[in-house]
Amino acid sequence: MQKNKDNSMFKASWTYNEAPESTDHIQIKKKYDLYIDGKFSKPIKGKYFDTLNPSTNEKIASVAEATSEDVDAAVQAAKKAFESWSKLTGKERGKYIFRIARLIQERAREFAVIESLDGGKPIRESRDIDIPLAANHFFYYAGWADKLAYAFPNRNPKPIGVVGQIIPWNFPLLMAAWKLAPALATGNTVVLKPAETTSLTALKLAEIIHESGIPKGVVNIVTGAGETGAAIVNHPDVGKIAFTGSTNVGKYIQKATAGTHKKLTLELGGKGANIIFEDAAIDQAVEGIINAIFFNQGHVCCAGSRLFVQESVADIVIDKLKNRMETLIIGNPLDKNTDIGAINSKKQLQTIENYIKIGLNEGGEIYQPDCNLPKNGNWCAPTLFINVSQSHRIVQEEIFGPVLTIQTFRTINEVVEKANNTPYGLSAGVWTQNGAKMFHLTQKLNAGVIWGNTFNKFDATSPFGGTKESGFGREGGLHGLKPYVKFD
Amino acid sequence: MSRLDIQKTYKLYIGGKFPRTESGRYFTINDSKGNLLANMCLASRKDFRNAVVIARNAQNSWASASALNKGQILYRIAEMLEGRKEQFISELIAQGETAANAKTEVHEAIDRLVYYAGWSDKYQQFFSAVNPVSSSHFNFSGVEPVGVVAIIAPENQPLLGLISVVAPAIVGGNTVIVLASETKPLTAISFAEVLNSSDVPGGVVNILTGKKAELAGQMASHMDVNSIIYCGTDEKLMKSISESASLNVKRTIFYKKHDWTNELCESPYLIEKTQEVKTTWHPTEI
Repeated sequence: MQKNKDNSMFKASWTYNEAPESTDHIQIKKKYDLYIDGKFSKPIKGKYFDTLNPSTNEKIASVAEATSEDVDAAVQAAKKAFESWSKLTGKERGKYIFRIARLIQERAREFAVIESLDGGKPIRESRDIDIPLAANHFFYYAGWADKLAYAFPNRNPKPIGVVGQIIPWNFPLLMAAWKLAPALATGNTVVLKPAETTSLTALKLAEIIHESGIPKGVVNIVTGAGETGAAIVNHPDVGKIAFTGSTNVGKYIQKATAGTHKKLTLELGGKGANIIFEDAAIDQAVEGIINAIFFNQGHVCCAGSRLFVQESVADIVIDKLKNRMETLIIGNPLDKNTDIGAINSKKQLQTIENYIKIGLNEGGEIYQPDCNLPKNGNWCAPTLFINVSQSHRIVQEEIFGPVLTIQTFRTINEVVEKANNTPYGLSAGVWTQNGAKMFHLTQKLNAGVIWGNTFNKFDATSPFGGTKESGFGREGGLHGLKPYVKFD
Repeated sequence: MSRLDIQKTYKLYIGGKFPRTESGRYFTINDSKGNLLANMCLASRKDFRNAVVIARNAQNSWASASALNKGQILYRIAEMLEGRKEQFISELIAQGETAANAKTEVHEAIDRLVYYAGWSDKYQQFFSAVNPVSSSHFNFSGVEPVGVVAIIAPENQPLLGLISVVAPAIVGGNTVIVLASETKPLTAISFAEVLNSSDVPGGVVNILTGKKAELAGQMASHMDVNSIIYCGTDEKLMKSISESASLNVKRTIFYKKHDWTNELCESPYLIEKTQEVKTTWHPTEI
């Protein structure tokens, strides 16, 4: 009780009435089939799996499990469609993609609710971030379709062919958009597999893609787990694999595609450093820390999961951080007050809880706010670990949950070395009001995305991707076109 | 009156020094008549690992050197090579080239260095962007070197081929460990002498002579190498390189070219291959 004595005043000052988003306007079928060659068709082996609402663990719908036979049908449809799709003028290709962007915007509310139902993320995030960004991504790349010659001066970009795309469960629709939009704009055809715990918005997207009138076979969406993904990766008629997910699976895919001439881009794990200097705007930095690690329950590959605070301000930053954590609202993802939703799956919850145990066993000092977690479903309180060092596993390994490790530092060189001392290189954050210090750090940090005095910002025009074991290739912006073209 | 020639001992080039292989082993290179040209150092995996440590230590300061400075250093290499071109032509001829081809190769090699010297302060602008994000942020993407690059140089055109893959990597701020042509390694080590007198900091370019069969696996699997370039057409080797590269998600680059005199062999897009895009965000609202 002692530990929360000071912090409880924050909680007491704020009471909220429930403000749940209505689910009346959404349409969810009991059963979802595969989208292959412009048709929704049953899986050849007839198997289905359940998709659950992670905040209750109740079943939402049955989803088809694609086997290698279904994947083959999808690849063959894509291969056939490539003949005419790749010859279509860029202008016409672009128009289909613009249509998809518009159709997502029109049904944005429905998508947001389903995303939160199926994935557990707060409705505020799916409504304000995931869905609008997904639509923007299609809109952005639609405009590139007839301008590709300007993206690659002195070269002659050509589409690759059939592209296999495998996406994760943390931003289901947004990741589908990141993958599909540039692939289609450059004239490829696609077989896309959403993650098995979050298939619904990808399947709703299939409905929209169907409505857009895009030629059959250009986009095929097959659902299933790892085996379905492996069937895509190993299919001989797939010319390129784009994968977003864990570093372990990424390494497996790099190995599996060795010697096949398949092009490959990987967007993998991370362990982002978030660095707070004594001359930072401390209150803004505290908000930044919260956003860096608790955004989307910490299910973010670029999360700022390693906090480095300059020693002189460590006490005040940690105090303020604990106070702020007391005010976080954890609960129903559909409630508009909710800050932290449900952990995406039981399996992921076990992973996170296991890491918390590891942290305690290695001698870390834990802090969690005094919050009532719902009884059913998968929940994890926002968690801090202090008294940890570089060698702790929770400091080195990606947890993919709302768990932050805090270390202190004295000098710039020290923090640069600590921040870069990781096999990952996806993201980093720096908080200082000193301009030269900011640019010095953004240059020295080894990561694909650096946020200065902000964190976890994304945009269709902004290239995203990692260095080192966080993968290769960029998504977003001009640079995001390159993975989907080949040259003479 | 006859005079006995002084023959050169060809050694490795690591960290700006010319050590022998730690293994004490050698392999012989003969001319077309079977006469001994040189006993080359047969570099070991340990030599490669030592070179990686040195290349890693050299990388930050090389990347931090100004673009103009890097350009001038590359130009200086060209100057040094120009002054010693007769030696390189005769070495190429000794290794089996015709006189005409040898001359062309050396000239192209010098010009290629000048070509990349000129790119040193330009490619960044070519591959960078200011991104018009929808929120109130200033957002830009630039390129940075991938880090330490292991290079298996082409077997043929042993001077021009090596320079054609090394120059775009180092002008981009990377440091490299090169395995020279196995069958025609002489010019690679003579080129190291040129590098050594050209203001190229020690450790930026490290050159080994030895066998692909022994070293390629270590080059592809080393956990502190960021990228591997293989020049050649051995599909089995490419497969095993890619498999080992997956251990630390190395970037693999394969050049299957046979003729490095082709103008397509010089391009800023070859610099781009060993670059990483970094995107930086900062708020603009106060």
